[in-house]
Amino acid sequence: MSTLQTDVTDIEQLSQEDRERLALTGLEVEMQNRCGSFFQIDQDVIQTTCGAEGIEMIPIKAALEKYDWVKDYYWNAVSRDKDKYTQYLAKQESPQGLVVIAHEGVKVEMPLQACLFLREEPVQHVHNIFIAREGSEINIISGCASSWQKEHGAHIGVTEIYVGKGAKVTSTMIHNWNPGISVFPRSATVVEEDGTFLSNYVCMQPVNRIDMYPTARLVGKNAVARFSSIVVATPGSTLDLGSRAILGAEHTSAELITRAITTGGTIISRGHILGEKDNTRGHIECKGLILKDGIIHAIPEIEGRVTGTELSHEAAVGKIARHEIEYLMARGLSEEEATATIIRGFLDVKISGLPAVLQEQIDAAIDKAESGF
Amino acid sequence: MLDISDLHVSVDGTEKLHDINLHIGQGETHILMGPNGSGKSTLLKAIMGFGGYTITSGSIVFKGQDITGMSIHERAHLGIGMMFQHPPAISGLKLEKLLAATSHLGADAIEALAQTVNMEDFLARDTNVGFSGGEIKRSEVLQLKVQQPDFLMLDEPESGVDLENMSLMGKEIAGLLDKDVHIINRRRSGLIITHTGYILDYLEADQGHVLIDGQIRCHGNPREILRVVKEKGYGECLRCKQM
Repeated sequence: MSTLQTDVTDIEQLSQEDRERLALTGLEVEMQNRCGSFFQIDQDVIQTTCGAEGIEMIPIKAALEKYDWVKDYYWNAVSRDKDKYTQYLAKQESPQGLVVIAHEGVKVEMPLQACLFLREEPVQHVHNIFIAREGSEINIISGCASSWQKEHGAHIGVTEIYVGKGAKVTSTMIHNWNPGISVFPRSATVVEEDGTFLSNYVCMQPVNRIDMYPTARLVGKNAVARFSSIVVATPGSTLDLGSRAILGAEHTSAELITRAITTGGTIISRGHILGEKDNTRGHIECKGLILKDGIIHAIPEIEGRVTGTELSHEAAVGKIARHEIEYLMARGLSEEEATATIIRGFLDVKISGLPAVLQEQIDAAIDKAESGF
Repeated sequence: MLDISDLHVSVDGTEKLHDINLHIGQGETHILMGPNGSGKSTLLKAIMGFGGYTITSGSIVFKGQDITGMSIHERAHLGIGMMFQHPPAISGLKLEKLLAATSHLGADAIEALAQTVNMEDFLARDTNVGFSGGEIKRSEVLQLKVQQPDFLMLDEPESGVDLENMSLMGKEIAGLLDKDVHIINRRRSGLIITHTGYILDYLEADQGHVLIDGQIRCHGNPREILRVVKEKGYGECLRCKQM
């Protein structure tokens, strides 16, 4: 057990409303299904605790002081000069955020939780680094939310993920913001030989704007990346989301899967797979449902640069098929029940290799949103 | 059980069924035959209440209630069920979830029913997604075994089914229509669209009807109608119309 700063009473002092909002992003205060926890409110880290052998969770400032080599991973996968948001973050004198280190060969199925809560400050900035050493396996659930009272604000977050040889990182991020919050995650992952990176993203609650385009660079043979996104845009929300995979070594493969629903908001669903080496495969799948007038703009890009890469994409945007609703009604479901059942199925992306607790968290977020359809 | 009187049905503003009169009593099974495009499926869909099938005049009375204006699921709750010829595939909706949502049966009861139609391995699969012709029919029969309708409509139960599956299907459909119950106690009724009449190898029907150009041209003994159609085609029925 390594506890650098623990002030659990602070979490407990949060209002019931806020605790419920956080619970929907995966935060477990009791930590029954979590092996470690990091909790940051605005710019204050109020909890860092980890009970898993061979896994370290350290606030980024402390990590940079503790291990000299951590700086090699700091602003490495993501460039400081990428855009104005990374530049803003790079200028901060006091970086906040979390470093997770999974030491060689350590495999822990129970997820770590990293919770980022925007409460009072106008801008929350976070810099996370996840390092999975050779042969290690970790699951990280990142819950990002804003207080129910928080009307306006911004969250800027850089996450750099390093998946070592034969390692596996499953990163599940669940967002629960407010209609006036803008969110700018800037993430990149480097996956080495035989490494696997699974990224799951869920955002089904109102927000002003989310703008992100995480990239996975597959630099070692047989590396695999899979991005799955389940998003709902409510009226007034603009979600400009993408994911990119660079197949930079032989026998690498990537899959980008999106399920998008608009109930009046705008979703731009981008995807880009770049096949740079022979014997590589990539597929983009984007399915969109327009439940109420809104915009779903799918922009899948596949770019092959050698003869031995096989890339494909499929995108479909439309409404729920009437004959599917009527089929279920003929079995006795009301129109509302039939519609909800079909939407639930639409959002049910099968994410292979996902631990049950993470799937349950995603299901809970879907169930919560479903009551609003 | 079902009384259809002077029914006229339009699709996209064009009248497809004209002046249909049909009475199906409790415990009776009727066969509906007719050439392609004659309106057989339209009749079933109008009875089920599907959108796009507008009843311009006439009425459908089921168990003494006028259901002409009822929604599909209200008709289903009253006891009308349908075996679809081309059911939609629904991604993400596991068959077991659908079965649980449409009944009060527990997982064990559903599993046991699935075994009777060799569908236990399909319960965890998305409904009808990637199912073969025979599997789709078995999925439909399973859904109806869970639903237990009092009045069952079957749209070409033989189509796309191989002989082995046909035998299983025939027996199961006979069961759904109470054919194993003594005629005096037989409660369930059915209306079956068939082109080939193969279904009659597995169950007895009480009456047959021939639908031509949206009109029921004749009623009679189902086997006799089938024999006439097999020997002479629907041309005979057309001539009959001209007589």
